[in-house]
Amino acid sequence: MLVLGETVMVLLDYIQFLISGLTVGSTYGLTALGFTIIFNTTGIINFAQGEFLMLGGMLSVFLLKFLNLGLLPAVLLAIIITTCVGALIERFTIRPVQKSSTINLIIITIGISIFIRGVAMLLWGKDTYALPSFSGDTPLSFFGASMHPQSIWILSITLVLLCLLKFFFARTIYGKAMLACSFEKKAAYLVGINVQRMVLFSFMISALVGAIGGVILTPLTMTSFDVGILLGLKGFAACILGGLGNPFGAAAGGLILGVLESFGAGIVSSAYKDAITFIVLLLLLFVKPSGLFGQAEVERV
Amino acid sequence: MLTIKNIDVFYGKIHAVRRASLHVRRGEIVALIGGNGAGKTTLLSTVSGLLRPAAGNIVFDGQEITRLGADRIVRAGISHVPEGRLVFKPLSVEDNLLLGSYHRFSFKLKQEITEDMEAIYSMFPVLKERRKQPAGTLSGGEQQMLAIGRALMARPKVLLLDEPGMGLAPNITQEIFKHIVSLRDKFGLTVLLVEQNARSALKIADRGYVLETGRIVLQGPAEELLQNKDVQRAYLGRDITDQVEISNE
Repeated sequence: MLVLGETVMVLLDYIQFLISGLTVGSTYGLTALGFTIIFNTTGIINFAQGEFLMLGGMLSVFLLKFLNLGLLPAVLLAIIITTCVGALIERFTIRPVQKSSTINLIIITIGISIFIRGVAMLLWGKDTYALPSFSGDTPLSFFGASMHPQSIWILSITLVLLCLLKFFFARTIYGKAMLACSFEKKAAYLVGINVQRMVLFSFMISALVGAIGGVILTPLTMTSFDVGILLGLKGFAACILGGLGNPFGAAAGGLILGVLESFGAGIVSSAYKDAITFIVLLLLLFVKPSGLFGQAEVERV
Repeated sequence: MLTIKNIDVFYGKIHAVRRASLHVRRGEIVALIGGNGAGKTTLLSTVSGLLRPAAGNIVFDGQEITRLGADRIVRAGISHVPEGRLVFKPLSVEDNLLLGSYHRFSFKLKQEITEDMEAIYSMFPVLKERRKQPAGTLSGGEQQMLAIGRALMARPKVLLLDEPGMGLAPNITQEIFKHIVSLRDKFGLTVLLVEQNARSALKIADRGYVLETGRIVLQGPAEELLQNKDVQRAYLGRDITDQVEISNE
């Protein structure tokens, strides 16, 4: 009897780990999606992706507090502003130097992320801020484990965004045209695609997805000027894990990382939570460099 | 139909095309021949808007297109099949063709675009067989057909072809060239063809231009160029049929 009771307890713990893992994993997945969109259009890894999440969260907090907007308008406005920041980044830092090599552009994005973080710190200081949950804080019971209502928001919004993006890239000509820009830029020009505009759109969509991720995560984890660093890195890890360039791989990579982290923290020790992500990433890169769902390049000459 | 006047183009610091002028009349196949690095690709890329000329102008159908962006030039009716084919390798054959119609795509035209795609498939049946495959898995000849098909999906008036025979087996090259001729004969397409393989190009062309270190040094009807001693020495080498005759003697 005692043994059975313990088994049930352990099982309940595991469900709990799974739920919190999936929740956090979703936001890694959203970050990874942001990376994927810009990568798919330009071949650039945008290391400012994490800052989009930070901006989404921080702007929501401040629009809510200082402008006394309601939660929904504050959140929507924060997402719109962040999307515009994405557009500005492309227009003023990427476009003027678009002829440079990809590696130079990647380094520029690192500079942008440091800049945005610095500005955020000057504006809002180093404190940690919280955003109210979208639908209260009363935990829901889920197979005996408790689940924060915000988790449901996070999971469902991630799923919807993922399906929309998948549809966009696989089924619409504009999505395919965006992909075409990264596969063969010269040929993209020659079929009449306005490549510059596509790159601009990719930064905007990416910022949009990042901001949404930041907004839905903040009620659960709080936010500060520097949350973008770790979220960005985790998202990047998720991206590599799932196979760079594949939206579903990115989201799946995020979920897997989140779950591993949560189990690692629960079973081993929460001190190693962040290390687990990067150990998994390293191991995978040794075994399958193209990622779990990535395809090795198919090519005939 | 297409008139290029005194254009100078720099490729980086290299003065790649020097005061070159040429014209292509409606329904003509014009060959532009020359050795490696003569500036053929540069000239073609300038027409399609990938490069900007430093001087000179380009007029197409009475409209000045010298400084338009590549997307505007496709819209005006010039399609460029680039050197090395440059198909979108990870995308399917069908998506490659679909993207060819990007500049005129709208949901209202879906029917028309599907019909155009069927027309391309009936010209190149092998593309239809492989329409779900990623373009990168096609052979070189098939990729060339796809690149031409993609360019045709834009419904161009003028087709710019850059080295369509590059890296292909001679019989495949001949097949591609036959298609080019039939495009002109059937649809009245105008073609500006760049080739290193001067003989094949001049055989299907009406007129030709010879480009040497960025300058046009010779021009005339294709048969004349084929007979021209300088052209023969520099670009044609010895004809195989000549060799047969010699060994027969």
